[in-house]
This record gives sequence, C-alpha cells and structure tokens, in this order.
Amino acid sequence: MDKTIASAAEAVAGIGDGATVMIGGFGGSGAPIELIHALIDKGPKDLTVINNNAGNGRIGIAAMIDAGLVKKMICSFPRSSDPRAFTEAYLAGKVELELVPQGTLAERIRAGGAGIPAFYTPTGYGTELAEGKVIAEFDGRAYVQERWLKADFAIVKAHVGDIHGNLTYNKAARNFNPLMCMAAAKTIAQVSKIVPLGGIDPEHVVTPSIFVDGVVEIANPQQEEVLIRSGAVYA
Amino acid sequence: MTVETTEDLKLSNAQIAWRAAQDIRDGAYVNLGIGFPEMVARYQPPGRQAIFHTENGILDFGEPPAEGEEDWDLINAGKKAVTLKPGAAFFHHADSFAMVRGGHLDVAILGAYQVAQNGDLANWRVGSKGVPAVGGAMDLVHGAKQVFVITEHVTKDGKPKLVEACTFPLTGVGCITRVYTSLAVIDIVDGRFVLREKLPGLSFEDLQAKTGAKLHTDGPVADLVAPEL
Repeated sequence: MDKTIASAAEAVAGIGDGATVMIGGFGGSGAPIELIHALIDKGPKDLTVINNNAGNGRIGIAAMIDAGLVKKMICSFPRSSDPRAFTEAYLAGKVELELVPQGTLAERIRAGGAGIPAFYTPTGYGTELAEGKVIAEFDGRAYVQERWLKADFAIVKAHVGDIHGNLTYNKAARNFNPLMCMAAAKTIAQVSKIVPLGGIDPEHVVTPSIFVDGVVEIANPQQEEVLIRSGAVYA
Repeated sequence: MTVETTEDLKLSNAQIAWRAAQDIRDGAYVNLGIGFPEMVARYQPPGRQAIFHTENGILDFGEPPAEGEEDWDLINAGKKAVTLKPGAAFFHHADSFAMVRGGHLDVAILGAYQVAQNGDLANWRVGSKGVPAVGGAMDLVHGAKQVFVITEHVTKDGKPKLVEACTFPLTGVGCITRVYTSLAVIDIVDGRFVLREKLPGLSFEDLQAKTGAKLHTDGPVADLVAPEL
C-alpha cells in the first residue's frame, strides 16, 4: 500500500462543488497553503469550509473567499491582521458564518472523528451562541448540547509522513490538524518530507495512518505569515 | 500647586497586571487572554515561575524571539511568535481545551467590557453589528479553578464596568471569581462584589460612585499599592 500522491493538484482533484472541507491550521501555523492554492486552481463552488479562522490577506482561505469558492465558514475567530476578504463577503451576504467557540469547535471535530454524535459542554451556556440548543443539567450545573462535525474532505499540513500516512507535526502547527484527519471521509496531508515505512518511530506518530487517505510531499512549504508580510496575493 | 483629582488617581495597566501577578503561585498553570492580560507574565514575583498555556497547543512557552528569529509554526493564541522554555509540551486543540474545560488550569485571566455582581462576564462583542468573533473566550471562563478579570474600573467615558447585570452579550454566566481594576481588588462572593483592596487615597464612597452595583465589605479593606512601573 502506498498513499503517496504526486502533486497538490492531484491531491485535491476529487473535491467538487458543494463539498464540506476541513482545512487545518491556526492562523498560518499548520495551514496547508499549497493544497489550498491547488484547490483554488481547481475552482469548486459552494464549499462549506471548517477552520479556526476565516483567512488572512489575499492568500490561503482568504483567496478562496475572494475567488468565490466559499458558501459558508464554520469557525471560531473570523478576524486576522488583514480580514478584508471574509469581512467584505460576510457583510455583503455572500458568505454564511457559523460561529463556534474554539474549544467547542475542536471537540465537535474530535467527536465527528470518534463516532460521538453529540456531547455536553459548559462552554457558551447562557450566551447567544447557545440559543436554540438543548440544555441539560448534570450534577447541578447546566450544559449545552453540541453536535459532531464531519466533512467530505480534510486538507491538512503535517511535517513528516510515511507512505501509509502516519504523520508527525512541527511544533504548534499540530493544532486542529490531527482532529480534522479523523473527521473527514477523505483526508489529504501535505508533508515536508515523505519517508519509507519505518522512517517514523512508532512512539512519535501523532496521527496514525488509518486516518489518512493521501500524502503529498511539498518540500519547503510556504508560511502564511511570511506571505502576508510580503503582501502576496494568490489569484 | 497642583491639585490631584480622583481622575488622576488610578493604577496603570502595568500596575494592574503587576497586582494580579502577585496572586499567581509558583508552578501554577495559567492562561492569559490575548492583549492586556499577556502583560501579567512580565510581573511574576522573583522565585516564582508559572507555566503558561496557550490555546493553540503549547504549555510553558516564553518570551517572543528576536525580530528575524521567528518560527511561524511556534506562535501563541494571539498569533504572535513565541519561544519555548525547557520542559515545554505540544498538544492538539482537543487536548488543549480539555486542559481548559476539564478543570486543569489553576488560573485564567481575561479582559472585560463588563463584569456583573453575580460573576457574569461580557468581553467578546459590544453589539450585533460587524463580524462576530469569539475565539476561546467562552471556553476559558469555564474550568479554570480561578477566573480573574483585569480591567479599568470605568470605561473611557466614565461608565462603570462593574455592574448589576451585563448589558453587552455574555461570554459566560457566573464565571468570574475576582476582578483587579485600576482602583480596587474585588472578589465575587455569592452574587455580591466584596471589596478586598482599594487605592489608599480613594474613599469608599468615591469608589462606590464609580461602581455600577453595591460594594460590600467582609472584614478589613487593605490598601491597593503597586510599585512605579
């Protein structure tokens, strides 16, 4: 078995109109910029995108919004150092927003990957983000019922991958990536380096290969923050 | 001759942060909110070292790196580059918020638009216009053993930030345990503001006039004194 994919374009070729796509990363850390840009090149419409944020500057998810690919964002913090793309599209009514507290977003994705359809959390109780949700009391305290999140595709960024799709991450670039790998019907990881089987110490595997469907090597991946500071535009 | 009015008499942000830092014990696990609360890390008393948690998956991060030395895979929840201390750990987002909601953090410190006498906090938006963004604020107010607010005592136009009931959208219900302001240190006990410390030059009546709900006392009120910073 070899899950290696030759190019970013091939990796995202299956993502079509109307798909729900989880995109890893927290801000630029762990954001699969090359896979996102390949997806813009392919150009599917009406995507629902799940990410912590909603893009920055004129690259990555912001460039997806500028290119008209995104119908809905599910995120916790649609702000950044340059949030124009999302802000303009949202205020113009072109993109829907489902705002989710950050820890609830992470847990909904984890639950989606773990086969747990709903769970209760104290987060958001008594706030406008809990309006319309089921509330239950456990041991004298009120909790909000939240549903799992699943996706058709996850595109993530990891550090080293083997040909089965075992993954390691670089520093805090881990963030949402391991959770999203679990929660999508099809998960594609871009990695800085693909190694043969046995090339990753089993003690160091963060995402086991069972959660990964394809691995594409992008050596020296771009960093969103560096692109933003250079004023880069992807169009 | 200059006359010092009560408007001049208040702690700076650095002094508020310093005061809050005095209540963090050595070895405490602490999350500091983005912005003003991050300042608390600068004022740990000598001999104490808290372990700082950031939502995006690091325990025991340290100072920002020198300019040009940034590693953009190593950032905090404010998306600023950080460094690691010896003993640091990485983890994914679900584990990170398990640390928050699961009661593992000792202290969380946040900013506020309003705090109510029952411990309700409003700190994520002031109305219904614009793009709403919540981040981890609603998670952070649940689970830490102590949830502190640091804030100016009143708004820029002089309105109380400590109120009977929040009028801005809530971040959490009954979640705040202590408030450090530019004028006072106030605990929230059984739905009441209980004054613990106030600036020595400020009368109880003047402080009450700047507070939107009744101030109670429970034992002596200490002087709130911070060094020049």
